[in-house]
Amino acid sequence: MMEVQNLPELAVTVREDILRMTHAAGNGHPGGSLSATDYLVWLYNREMNVRPDEPCWEDRDRFVLSKGHVVPALYAVLAHKGYFPVEDLLTLRKPTSHLQGHPNMNDTPGIDMSSGSLGQGIGAAVGMAKGAKVLGKPLSVHVLLGDGECAEGEVWEAALYAAHYKLDNLCVAVDVNGLQIDGTTAEVMNTAPLDAKFAAFGFDAITVDGHDFAEIAKGFARFHENQGSGRPTVILMKTVKGKGVSFMENNPGWHGKAPNDEELAQGLRDLAAIRQQLKEG
Amino acid sequence: MAEQKKIATRDSFGRALVELGRQHKEIVVMDADLAGATRSGMFKKEFPDRFFDCGIAEGNMMSAAAGLSSMGLVPFVSTFAMFAAGRAFEQVRNGIGYPHLNVKICATHAGISVGADGATHQCCEDFALMRSIPGMTVLCPSDDVEARKLLAAAYELEGPVYLRFGRLGVPVFHDENAEITIGKGEILREGSDVALIATGILVPEAVKAAEKLAAAGIEARVINMATIKPLDEECVRQAAKDCGAILTVEEHNIIGGLGEAVCATVAETCPVPVCRIGVRDCFGHSAAAEELLAEHGLTAESIAAKAQQFVARKG
Repeated sequence: MMEVQNLPELAVTVREDILRMTHAAGNGHPGGSLSATDYLVWLYNREMNVRPDEPCWEDRDRFVLSKGHVVPALYAVLAHKGYFPVEDLLTLRKPTSHLQGHPNMNDTPGIDMSSGSLGQGIGAAVGMAKGAKVLGKPLSVHVLLGDGECAEGEVWEAALYAAHYKLDNLCVAVDVNGLQIDGTTAEVMNTAPLDAKFAAFGFDAITVDGHDFAEIAKGFARFHENQGSGRPTVILMKTVKGKGVSFMENNPGWHGKAPNDEELAQGLRDLAAIRQQLKEG
Repeated sequence: MAEQKKIATRDSFGRALVELGRQHKEIVVMDADLAGATRSGMFKKEFPDRFFDCGIAEGNMMSAAAGLSSMGLVPFVSTFAMFAAGRAFEQVRNGIGYPHLNVKICATHAGISVGADGATHQCCEDFALMRSIPGMTVLCPSDDVEARKLLAAAYELEGPVYLRFGRLGVPVFHDENAEITIGKGEILREGSDVALIATGILVPEAVKAAEKLAAAGIEARVINMATIKPLDEECVRQAAKDCGAILTVEEHNIIGGLGEAVCATVAETCPVPVCRIGVRDCFGHSAAAEELLAEHGLTAESIAAKAQQFVARKG
């Protein structure tokens, strides 16, 4: 398990990777990748019980990236965790790469479920959590949704299922960055208030700052407290789309567009400045 | 064909599922509030801890089945064909088909013979939808014996399988010891004037049609094609070569089903005339199953008449 004080710097590295990967691919989804980064860094380095050298270990905790388009962030986190070489990251979306544009469980070590069609990842996750209960395995199942994704009806079908089958081994996280492709979530299809909605569906809902590791830790602490309660947990993470890159922050235009050469250089400068701040404490 | 006892293939499914459940502890069953009708309720009664009702939420049921499968369990997922193949198509395609997960989709109440519930529940598009998913095996048993044996064979086959079962009681014509193999067409009657390639509950009608044709001096080969995909192309090619004309018979839209699959094989490998007998690109309506089958020309009489005209045209 990585020391908590090392996580911010890893998060900067992952954000640099996201920019380089999408730049090299010429397409991809940097905005949501950058908002989900801190959660994923915490998840794989502080929370999940996994074995990178044995990615299919039966008793591992599971993760489903329901908002599968932000997989660059997940690939970077997996690579730095040791699932595959960091050099592979720049092959994203290339014809011979094992890094598909959306997660493929049969291609990439560490991917527990193929995903990308929104609303379906949480369905797979409730199946995994139910499966763990049936098999008597004390593992946890994590899934990350987007707030725009919560307009999909299947999210709520799965939420019903999670509460009905008392899946307290399920920890749903929502990357609440407030933006989707066509604009703000408030304008396109308002999914707020997600805390009240999930609570009404039988979840214990906690809202945290998704860019503050102490806050993210509180979210997972609630999940641990809920073990044995029969209640599934949802961590609503307030985030900034494009976090860390000045011109991408809070700009829906960076949902599904890759940076060009100049934009990459600017983004890396922004991140270098954050790294410098971290060093200076 | 002598008068035989009739069993709906959904009943065969329910019985076979319980039997498989006894043998294989990793089998779990899911349904979407139709366990009584699909007969998955028989499994629920026997193994309540391995049966999960998903409520009226078929999309999530398919995704959850994918999740269960990834944990090493073998989900048999049951609902009506309209909702398994139709409503949940994309969950099946992306969640089960793309990762090639070991999920068995057991769809009942398929075809026009659902009857009086009407067009909304008469699924005549499921072959088209399921055939189009890479790696999906598509099965359509014709009677009780075949339904039970194909369910067991589907369990043995690693990967996604779609099985189509009917609501209507149909004659049991297979011997209990019949050898049933996924991917193999079964020749029920030899003949070389014309081939009748039928699937599902219309297979006995095709056999009766062949008997009528024989009386008129036409010897028809009858093939039971229970595996819609992968199609037994060798069997189809041989029929084309030997008979020179083929009629396909299915309780499905003529678009996208067995007929088109046979046409593709024949056109690519051994071109001969093919006539597709099925639901001719229209919606059904409320009526008794037998009335609907007659209306859509899916009876032995209609099949024989069509074959007779078709053979005459063969020249």
